[in-house]
Amino acid sequence: RGGQQEEEEEEGWHQLYPGHIRTSPLQKALLAAGSAVMALYDPYRHDMVAVLGETTGCLALPNLRDKMKNHPEGYHILQERPRIRLSTLDMARLQGLPDGSLGREYVRFLEDNKVSPDTRMPPKFVDDEELAYVIQRYREIHDLMHTLLGMPTNMLGEVVVKWFEAVQTGLPMCVLGAAFGPIRLSTRKLQVLATELVPWAIRSGLNATCVLNVYYEKRWEQPVESLREELGIFPPP
Amino acid sequence: ALLSQPAGRLRARRGLAVRPEMHFGFQTVTEEERREKINQVFESVAKKYDVMNDSMTLGIHRVWKDILMHKMNPSPGTLLLDVAGGTGDIAFRFINYVRSVRERQLQKKLKHHQNLSWQEIFESYQNDKFNSLGDSQVVVCDINREMLKVGKQKAQHLGYSEGLSWVLGNAEELPFDNDKFDVYTIAFGIRNVTRIDLALQEAYRVLKPGGRFLCLEFSHVSNPLLSRLYDLYSFQVIPVLGEVIAGDWKSYQYLVESIRQFPPQEELKAMIEDVGFFKVDYVNLNFGIVAIHSGFKL
Repeated sequence: RGGQQEEEEEEGWHQLYPGHIRTSPLQKALLAAGSAVMALYDPYRHDMVAVLGETTGCLALPNLRDKMKNHPEGYHILQERPRIRLSTLDMARLQGLPDGSLGREYVRFLEDNKVSPDTRMPPKFVDDEELAYVIQRYREIHDLMHTLLGMPTNMLGEVVVKWFEAVQTGLPMCVLGAAFGPIRLSTRKLQVLATELVPWAIRSGLNATCVLNVYYEKRWEQPVESLREELGIFPPP
Repeated sequence: ALLSQPAGRLRARRGLAVRPEMHFGFQTVTEEERREKINQVFESVAKKYDVMNDSMTLGIHRVWKDILMHKMNPSPGTLLLDVAGGTGDIAFRFINYVRSVRERQLQKKLKHHQNLSWQEIFESYQNDKFNSLGDSQVVVCDINREMLKVGKQKAQHLGYSEGLSWVLGNAEELPFDNDKFDVYTIAFGIRNVTRIDLALQEAYRVLKPGGRFLCLEFSHVSNPLLSRLYDLYSFQVIPVLGEVIAGDWKSYQYLVESIRQFPPQEELKAMIEDVGFFKVDYVNLNFGIVAIHSGFKL
């Protein structure tokens, strides 16, 4: 053990990818618990939601990766590892696309809600670099989920998207977010949520193909409605 | 696996490399790299420094600092230099301490003046002739702007203003003249200094003859069982706390590693003696998790 460690780079720390932090099972458990509590206590700690996802995703992530491997488009994504960030997107071109197209609506969503794809946390605690990419991809297409589901970034909209994602990915973090997110909502909103939005999100989630298997970057011109139909997402209420 | 530490430790221990190296936690870096990394650590932890201290030590750091102050036992009129004093914990305790000593002094004085009328006693309070701090002063010196900023805000918030000064400075090269201070303290700071010997030399220089050096710092636990529990807690829990509370795993990983790299009690004692201090000794707190070293300039 000593000899092998000596050969390894001093600062390496056995990093599998930039930003990777090695953690023991105990640390992962503590992180999962701590991040869950902190995320509930302070909903603005998006980094805690991210950490929760990483530390609890050990079953769901390989599952997702395998789904991607076995699908032609998903397989492509795993090979090419596209990233959605402001530097890789041609915002001007997307804005110029016709209304109703994925690209145009995505940009509109970003502007209306004043969000940017660059605020997604890079993974730290996933101990496999392919799985790290899978969770990164899941994070980066989150805004596209909003666009496809037609949900805004307020608490209600986020909870609906979480329900959809929970069904689609099986990530415990999504399940927890979907279950506990509504705690902070008013009763009126809870009613709408329970009677209309969640059932729709679940039905769509179950019916749709895996959203990670869509190479969105090659489909900017496709109309949103056509993509919804193709994927199996029912029209929003 | 739970107690294992990253690879760098092995090399550092055997002193294999010949380049001018230092450790940054368990990593091996050059002097400038170390200074820069430590600067970044404190810039990033400044705002959550106090919260993290409470979480990591379960509030016990407050007791350690109180004990330091009791050991110092400053009398009114003392001029204290608190180095790496960042968020002001030692400075505020100093002010509280001399204020209460001063109050007792004044009460004793009043006892001798019991022939004064109520009017005269009341008027003397109004005039504030009694100088609540007794001319004591504390200078808080820190190398990091962010930490000083947090300290100043805290002072304002808690109502400390009299007898308190904030100076940006480097423990290895203090911006003060020789023989100026009665007491020099450095609490949980010397571990982050890149050249401890220089910091100790500077401490000696700026102290008045008869002045006292006090250092409160994490040290080594010799009890094997306790040491294992301590290691377990340090390496498994503290970085997690850092990530959850401050969103910063790496700085707290650095913290626990730097504690392991710091010289143990006897070695630090020798370094303090080397610089010229006399009657150097130390006390362990909590079985050596923390130690207070003391020395005098004659």
